[in-house]
Formats: sequence, structure tokens, C-alpha cells
Amino acid sequence: MRHDSIGAASHPTLTLRDVAKSFGPVVALRSGTLVAQPGSIHALVGENGAGKSTLVKIVAGVHRRDAGEFLLGGEPADFGSTAESKAAGVAVIYQEPTLFPDLSVTENIFMGRQLLGRGRRIDRAAMYAEAARLFAGLGVHIDPRRQALGLSIADQQIIEIAKAISLDARLLIMDEPTAALSGVEVERLFAVARRLRDEGRAIVFISHRFDEVFDLCDTVTVMRDGQYIATKPIADTSVEEIVGLMVGREVAELFPKTPAPIGDPVLQVSGLTASGVFHDVTFEVRAGEIVGLAGLVGAGRSEIARAIFGVDRYDSGSVRVKGCEVPPRDPAAAIRAGMAFVPEDRRRQGLVTEASVTDNITGVIRGSLARFGLLTKRMENAAAGPWAGRLEVKTGALDMNAKTMSGGNQQKVVIAKWLATKPTLLIIDEPTRGIDVGTKAEVHRLLSELAGQGMAILMISSELPEVLGMADRVLVVCEGRITADLPRDRATPEAVMHAATHALTGGHHGHPGGHHGHPGGAQDQQAAS
Amino acid sequence: MTTAPAPSKEPTVTVPDTSTEVQLLVEPSSLAPRRRMAQSLLRSRELSILAVLLLVIAAATIKNPSFLLSSSGWRDLLLTPSMLILLAVGQAAVIITRNVDLSVGSVLGLTAYLTGRLFIDHPGIPVVVVFAAGLLVGAVLGLVNGLLVALGRVPALVITLGTLYIYRGLVLSWAGSSRINASDLPAGFLALGTQQILTIPVLFLIAVVVLSAVGYYLYTARSGREFYAIGSDPDAAVLYGLNVRRRVIGAFLLSGALAGLAGVVFAARYGSVSSDAGTGIELQAVAAAVIGGVAIFGGSGTVWGAAIGAVLLVTINRALPMLGIPDFWQQALVGALILSAIVLDRVLSARQSRRLVEARDQS
Repeated sequence: MRHDSIGAASHPTLTLRDVAKSFGPVVALRSGTLVAQPGSIHALVGENGAGKSTLVKIVAGVHRRDAGEFLLGGEPADFGSTAESKAAGVAVIYQEPTLFPDLSVTENIFMGRQLLGRGRRIDRAAMYAEAARLFAGLGVHIDPRRQALGLSIADQQIIEIAKAISLDARLLIMDEPTAALSGVEVERLFAVARRLRDEGRAIVFISHRFDEVFDLCDTVTVMRDGQYIATKPIADTSVEEIVGLMVGREVAELFPKTPAPIGDPVLQVSGLTASGVFHDVTFEVRAGEIVGLAGLVGAGRSEIARAIFGVDRYDSGSVRVKGCEVPPRDPAAAIRAGMAFVPEDRRRQGLVTEASVTDNITGVIRGSLARFGLLTKRMENAAAGPWAGRLEVKTGALDMNAKTMSGGNQQKVVIAKWLATKPTLLIIDEPTRGIDVGTKAEVHRLLSELAGQGMAILMISSELPEVLGMADRVLVVCEGRITADLPRDRATPEAVMHAATHALTGGHHGHPGGHHGHPGGAQDQQAAS
Repeated sequence: MTTAPAPSKEPTVTVPDTSTEVQLLVEPSSLAPRRRMAQSLLRSRELSILAVLLLVIAAATIKNPSFLLSSSGWRDLLLTPSMLILLAVGQAAVIITRNVDLSVGSVLGLTAYLTGRLFIDHPGIPVVVVFAAGLLVGAVLGLVNGLLVALGRVPALVITLGTLYIYRGLVLSWAGSSRINASDLPAGFLALGTQQILTIPVLFLIAVVVLSAVGYYLYTARSGREFYAIGSDPDAAVLYGLNVRRRVIGAFLLSGALAGLAGVVFAARYGSVSSDAGTGIELQAVAAAVIGGVAIFGGSGTVWGAAIGAVLLVTINRALPMLGIPDFWQQALVGALILSAIVLDRVLSARQSRRLVEARDQS
């Protein structure tokens, strides 16, 4: 234990040093380090999967660390439950606040520790008064009696903050609190955060928006691949430096996309809008082209893909395949039009895990295989065999249960299922998530090969190297809008990260103060079509 | 004013700080406390279901005045639903935690038969002891349900469907084809079934006392409010550090105990108990709770509503034949009531969340 500063003014509110956490074989956090001082707002930034959320969950008592040092106010801490961390003065505000929608705002603040009156009965009047006092102190007007249901995310976060204050939390962690907020709401949140800082509380602020980080925070810590990279005073750094630290690595030549002749447009999406999810999405994918859809988790990429395929509804806009309009909300029509969709969560949405490899592969084409409405095992096996063989699905037999296969082989089965429909357009969401490196390369080689045969491919990926290595063109989605359309030669990690963290100019959060110059061409938006 | 006058030591409500931009995103209610109370009462589900109940009673009484105005009519109006009120109160507590207890009918059958056996095997046993035994056995069976649900991480629907058959199997093997007859029960106990105090049947009084106690507990105790929190969002409840397991077990224990009590009431009311006593009544209990405004996904509703729902359900079944409505339509009407209660819930919450998304988009 390091108690080297006994006589010093004060301990940091939070000290994490070389904290590690694994889930089975998956290492979520290698060595997390974070020191948050009282009366300061500390930014924590990093790409998707950098380990920020795991770090937060360790402090919040959701997970227990495997190794490393964890001090709270100079005292060693180790939380086995959220109740313990709360009692120690830690409050966490998640991106999606966790309120009880059916209960009143006041009950949400005081649940589990309601003020009691005579005979240990709940004293509602005192609670309403206290809630009103908290809201007044925060400078917001919220009726303490109203239900939490129907409150905007911003108001829900204010409730969470009020809860933290009533707990007298000394450490407040905000996990991407601004992701769903509008400009005014962000301003209001920041005013509250500054007020809490001036009261001497420590605040850890996680955000992907650099303008906000530079506007609000005093110090910034960068993480990458589950590892601590650097801590810098905001005054001494720049957006470029932070982006550089976040990206950090060279794009490995693991992802060979062989050049293929680019043909006519296969998929044309124009003005696709679903209120509250994505807005005015317009782009096209040509034959032989791999278009990467990049962006941060929650930016709306998967939602766009699901809407194109007809799984989710959209309010306006159109989807065309080879010039023919595809009706909305009709996946069967999308399949007939030549689309194939490999979803993000293959276990739940892509596979029937209880069924055999054959059954999975022939799942979509079964209707056309049947003769006089009857289907034999032999017909199915005959249809499935070539596909499984071509993709080198490593399985003992075609009747093996899909559940028992590795992630990589499962993914191959899902791809085989769709290839059996002979699609002209393949939409693939997170093609290599949870797949080992060897199989990853195989999946990439396969995608490249398919594009070479003239298939149009729309690939969603959160792994920047994968997008940059595979895609002929990168579309960056930020907050439901396409903020950049980068051809391969201009798609650098910096350009993509920049577009992914900045809404379009005039975007709906109102401080342009953080735009410290753009890396070349990130804002270059070309409406394709 | 933003708050009711509070007996707290805090200074009175401060004027909002104007140093920051104050955004009036959600206006505080500006109504006077009394009017606000009147308004929320008027808008409550309990009141509208009560209005439907009064309507049914009024219609039946107009058609046949003895439905309400004769002494036996008045007695039956209160006496018949007593047993279902007990079950509905327990069921409501369970549903509020986003669970369901389908085993109550079997628990009721078991304790009804137990009641008869106690009087036969131990002549002269005090009635109070029999009531206590019913409560206790019911509580133990409820505890088993609660433990299985809380520890097994299997949906309550499946667990209690299983214990429904297991508990019923216990009664069947215990009772066989024998049945308890009124002649086996002491007169003092049977009299409870029809006895009245100031024209109010005793069994109804028992139900109302239980209802009030549970209603008071759910409204004013910390642990009672946690029932609602858990049903409203179980994951959030864990993040809040609430003891979810303990509360869920508590809800099932309560439901079991009340079903046990209802079994004793069954014996007192009908005098004869066979091994199939209470078969199918669990669905009536769920229906009563849902009709009474307890959301089937938990988190909202009151036991008061569930109790009124129980009275409505029983009263409709008695009133419709009197109004000359054929059997099929009686059943269909009950079904329509349940469906409309659920549809109303869904429509209201869907409309609210849609409005939220649109408001956010516009800002």
C-alpha cells in the first residue's frame, strides 16, 4: 500500500492502479489506472472496447477486480455489490438511467432509504419537500410527484444526480451522459456538474465528444485495448493528441481486400429516417464494393441495417435494390430482392442453436428446396454440403448441433445460410465479433472473395482496423446521421474517429468551442446517389 | 407551490437559483394539495373499476330489487367475493413484483381439506388454531414457491405451474375420494360462514382487515415500496442495492399465507370440501388483479384495485344470469373485461413513450 503522502493536503477521491478484470478467457481490462481528485472533473476516453465500462463497473461494485489497487479517499476498497459502493459514497450515472418508470420521481430518489415518520412509516410529505429542495439546489424544475415514466433522458439523469447528492456521494461517475441529450440539456447538465465540482466532489466523465471533454473537464485519461495509455491536463493537450493516443496502432495488414471491379449500384438508400433513431440516411453500395459502416456503439448503425432489411420500421425514405423499391417492414421481400443479413448477435438472431448445421444452412431456402411441399433430409444435406465445404466449416458432421460449435464456425454457418440464397447484397453486422484471429482472417478472405465475384457488401464493424482494412469506402455514423463518406485512401483512423465523435456542423449540441481543427477531410460529406 | 407543507426541519422550499439557465422542462404541479388529491383519485383505475361495479349492481337491482335490497341479497353481495378478495390481494402483491402465483388454487384446496381433517381428528380444537394452521401451512407452501423462484432463476409462471400440480397431487393422495361434509364441522365454525356483525358478514370483515393491512403495508413501508420498484425494473432494483430475492420470497409467502387463509374460509363458507376444492380459482385471482388495474408486468396497481376487481368478477357472475344474459356471453364479458384492462395498460404506456421520443427529437 502506498501511503506516501500522509501529511499531504488530501488523498485523491479515487485511485485505481493496474486494475485487471477477465471474463473467462476474455480479458476486458488489462491494467486500468485512474486517479480522480476532489473538486475536479476527470475525462475518461477511449475507443469501443477500451475497457472504460468495465473500469466503471468495478468502481460501482457490479464486477469485482481480479488484480490491482483500488483506493477510495485513501482507503482500500473492494465492493461486492452496488449497495456497498453506494454506501461508500460512489454514485454512477449510466448512459441509460436506471429508474423505476412506474414510481414517482421522489420515490426514485429515495428508494430503499425513504425518510420515515412516526412508527417507521414512510413520510411522503418530508420526501417531497426534500426532493423539491434538491431540485431547487440543482436549478431545475421537476415535479417531485410526477411519475418517472415519460421523462426525457436528460431529466432522468437529473434525477440520478439528485439521488447522488442526497446520498452525499463524493465520487460521481457519468458514463456517456450526453449521448442522448440535446444542446440545452447538455448545457444544463454541465452547469450541474460544475456546481458539484465546486462543492469538492470528484467527477469522472466518460464521453466520445471531444468538444465536451475540452469544455468541461480538467484532466483526461486515455485508455486503449483495456490498458491505461496516458493522463494529461486538458490545458496541455489537443484533440489531435488525444485521438492519436486513442488510436495508437498501425492498421495491421491482417485484412486484405483484394481490389475488385466496381460495378453498378446494387443498394440505394435515400433519406431513410426513423424518428429518434436515425435521420436522413442516404448512401449506395455498388457491385463488388465493400462499404464499411463505422461509428461508435449506439450511433445507430445496426438500426440502419435492420431498417434496410425490413426488420425495423422507418418513417420515411426509400430502399432500392438494383433499382427496384423494397417495401418497408418485410424481410421476406428483402430476401426476394436479393438481400442477405447476418445480424450482430448470431446466437440469438442468426442461428437456431438447437438445430443441426444442415437445418441452419437450409433455413432460408427450404421453401424452394421442397418438392411438392415435401422435404427430405437428403435434399437438405445435398444443398447444405457444398456451402459448408466451401466455407470450411469445421464440424464433424452436418447433423452436429450448432450450439456446440465455436463462434467462428457458427458465423460461417450463418454466412453459408445466406449465401445459399444467392444474394446480390450482403449486409453483415460485426462479422468477426468474438471470433479468434485465425477464423477472423478466413471470414475476411471470404468477404473479399465474395466482393470479387460482384457481390455488394455492407459491413458494420466496431473494430476500426477491420473497417479500414476491408472497406473500399467508409461511411461514418454519428448520432444517427452519416457524418463522413471516406474513400479507402482517405480513411485514416484519425479521420474516422473524428467524424464518429463529432456531429455534423450545426449539429444539435451547442458548443463549437472544441473543434480544434479537423484532420483532413473528415467532414467531407458526399451525399451519394 | 411545489410541495405540501412539510414537517421537516429543512428551510422552506428555496427559490430556484437563477444564476444558471433554468430550463422549465417539466413544470411542477401548480394545483393546491386538496385539488391535486381529488384529481389523482378521480383519475385512478380503482375508481373507474368501482364505477363499473356500481353500474352492474344498479342494473341487477333495477331488474330484480332483491339483488341488493333484500337482507340475503346484501349478505351474498359481500359474502360471495370474500374468498376471492383474499386470493386477489396475495396475487396482486406477487404480480406487482413482476411474478405470478398459479399455485394458490391448490394451496386453497389443501388447507380447506386440512381444516376439515383438523376438526375431525381433533374434536374441540379452537377455531383460532385452525385459522392459524391454515395460514401457516399456506405460508410454508408459499415459501417453497418463493425460494424456487428467487433461487432457481426460472420464471414464476413455470415454477408455480409445477407446484400447482404438486400441491394438488398432495391433496388428492391425502383426501382420496373422501370428502369433508358439513356434518363433520362444528356448528360454531360453520356459523362463521354466515354470521354477520351489523349486517356485514364476518368473512367479509376478515377479508377487509387483511386487505387494509396489506394495502397499508405496501403503501407506507420501505419494504412495501420495494415490491413496486422490483416489478417496475428488476435490473434497476439490483443496481439500487435492493434485496430483490428477499422481497420476492416475501411476496410469495404472503400470497401462500392468504391462499391458506382462503382455504379455511372456503371450508367455513361451503361446509363441504372435496379434493378438487379451489380448482381453477387461481385464474380468477389473476383476472381480478388485472381487472383491478394491477399491471401484469408489475410495478403498478394496488391491492385495493385487485379487491374491487375480485368483487366485480364475482358480482358479474351472479348478476348476468339475473339480467337474462346467456352463459356464453357471461364468460365472454369477463374475457372482454380482462382484455380491455390489458389493452388499456398497453395503449396508455405506448402512447406515453412515443410522446417522449417525439419530444426528444424536436428539441
